[in-house]
Amino acid sequence: MNALLSLVAVSILVALAWVGGSVASLRSVFGIVVPAAAVAIFVVGLAARVTRWALTPVPFRIPTTCGQQRTLPWIKASWIESPWTRAGVVVRMALEVLLFRSLFRNTQAAMTAEPIPAAGQDAHGAAPAARGLRRLVYGEEKWLWLAALAFHWSFLVVLLRHLRFVVEPPPAWVDAIAAVDGFFQVGVPVLYMTDVLLLAALGYLLLRRLVDARIRYLSLLQDYFALYLLIGLVGSGVLMRYFVRPDVVAIKELALGLVTFAPVVPATVSPFFFVHLTLVSVLLAYFPFSKLVHMAGVFLSPTRNLANTNRMRRHVNPWNYPVKVHTYEEWEDEFRDKIKAAGLPLEKA
Amino acid sequence: MRDRYVILAALVLFFVLVTAPVWYARAAGEKAGGPDVKLPTQEKACVMPVDYMRTSHMDLLISWRERVVRENIRTWTAPDGTVYTVSLSGTCLKCHTNKAEFCDRCHDYAGVTPYCWDCHVDPAAIARSRP
Ligand code: HEC
Ligand code: HEC
Ligand code: HEC
Repeated sequence: MNALLSLVAVSILVALAWVGGSVASLRSVFGIVVPAAAVAIFVVGLAARVTRWALTPVPFRIPTTCGQQRTLPWIKASWIESPWTRAGVVVRMALEVLLFRSLFRNTQAAMTAEPIPAAGQDAHGAAPAARGLRRLVYGEEKWLWLAALAFHWSFLVVLLRHLRFVVEPPPAWVDAIAAVDGFFQVGVPVLYMTDVLLLAALGYLLLRRLVDARIRYLSLLQDYFALYLLIGLVGSGVLMRYFVRPDVVAIKELALGLVTFAPVVPATVSPFFFVHLTLVSVLLAYFPFSKLVHMAGVFLSPTRNLANTNRMRRHVNPWNYPVKVHTYEEWEDEFRDKIKAAGLPLEKA
Repeated sequence: MRDRYVILAALVLFFVLVTAPVWYARAAGEKAGGPDVKLPTQEKACVMPVDYMRTSHMDLLISWRERVVRENIRTWTAPDGTVYTVSLSGTCLKCHTNKAEFCDRCHDYAGVTPYCWDCHVDPAAIARSRP
């Protein structure tokens, strides 16, 4: 149901964009106003979100660690998995951001297909009571990590390659990236590896949610929406590059018009391109308000970006105010006479 | 933790990166507009309608290549009935004599570098290099 509803939502967006690209009076709305507004929402929305996080107190260090913390010198500590130095945190964050290290540790719970043999000791030395039952095992699950890595890195490369449309003249390093990306020189225009990787990874990420009943149960409308949006975006781009030729020169004129604040919508820009442009605009505008904001959030997760020094160092609450205390000595002085009269023992005679 | 300055600096950096094309355009004095390609002066029309050529000339070139290399057919009849010799350097560049100010100028603008010229020649450039 969720999967269908979000598919409908994205289809409506596609149809709207197509209409916007076909009706002459709407072309400047979908070609100029929508993308400009989307970029503004993206930047302001993300800044607001990050500012809100920055202002949220993190009174205690709550890193989730997965290694031995530093204690006695003869116990081997793991400086990345349970970092106690800034360098350790930086390396840990870099591994997380660049290589999705925590996703690499993803496991999947499953029941064994075969019941544990009823007679005799099984290989794992199961207790007799467990014999004849199926067993819950946790297996490694690297596909999600691999697909996520393929998706994110390819997306970055594609994004950088797009600079050729918004910068004039295109920088040489963008050309170099495109040359490496099209290394195999399959077909003309040459096939980019990242395009294939992107589609494959997105396909896997969608199928993963659709095929496995447990993940389907956990999947929300917005999980599918983000995936369909990306698939639509990548799909329309791939179609334009390899199958339905757009007027690339006219598209670059449109893009340059946007970055130089002299917007134009050349007549030869096809409605198909408007679908691509509108989907990317929706993605940008949707970004700060959705789970996609993990792009910024990953840097600000207190479970990752803090050193595990809870016990090593004394952490004084920075917004402690001086607390008025009344010590026992002061109390004794105050009631000395009464205590003496009652014959009770005194600390200070 | 007092990391707010770091976060603020990162936000500023992010903003600069996202808007980099705008600043670059400002600094370089970029103007919106297309490439300034030199169209042939003698000829009136291309081998196919110009709308098709502008978007899909690479498809045509590849079908030409396949004609020659795979089928050994060296002529091609345009929709309007004209018969052309199938050749990148010999036909396209016969009319579009100035590759540098036609093909290259447009490709530089669009940021494409066809690898065809690794093997195929630009007759005009060769003529120029031979005194
Ligand atoms: C109006 C601008 C324009 C002109 C003029 C032009 N091209 Fe192109 N050409 C393009 C664009 C834009 C692309 C890339 C399309 C894309 O990226 O999807 C391209 C791509 C190509 C490709 C495919 C290269 C690749 O690796 O993607 C070849 C081959 C090519 N052009 C040959 C030529 C030749 C030969 C000429 C001169 C006779 C020429 N073009 C003139 C705009 C032009
Ligand atoms: C008979 C001469 C002739 C031949 C051969 C020829 N062209 Fe053209 N081409 C022209 C003319 C003339 C124009 C301009 C047409 C116009 O503006 O209406 C043109 C336009 C173009 C354009 C569009 C440029 C623009 O910005 O509007 C491209 C791209 C192009 N030619 C590529 C090629 C390629 C690639 C070949 C080889 C397959 C080729 N031409 C062969 C004469 C020729
Ligand atoms: C590895 C070298 C090489 C590269 C790179 C190359 N070609 Fe060729 N091409 C050839 C050879 C060899 C022939 C055969 C020439 C013949 O039989 O006359 C040929 C033939 C052709 C022909 C028909 C004959 C002629 O004289 O033009 C076309 C059209 C053609 N190539 C287009 C292209 C295009 C477009 C590209 C770039 C996308 C390209 N080629 C890249 C080597 C190359």
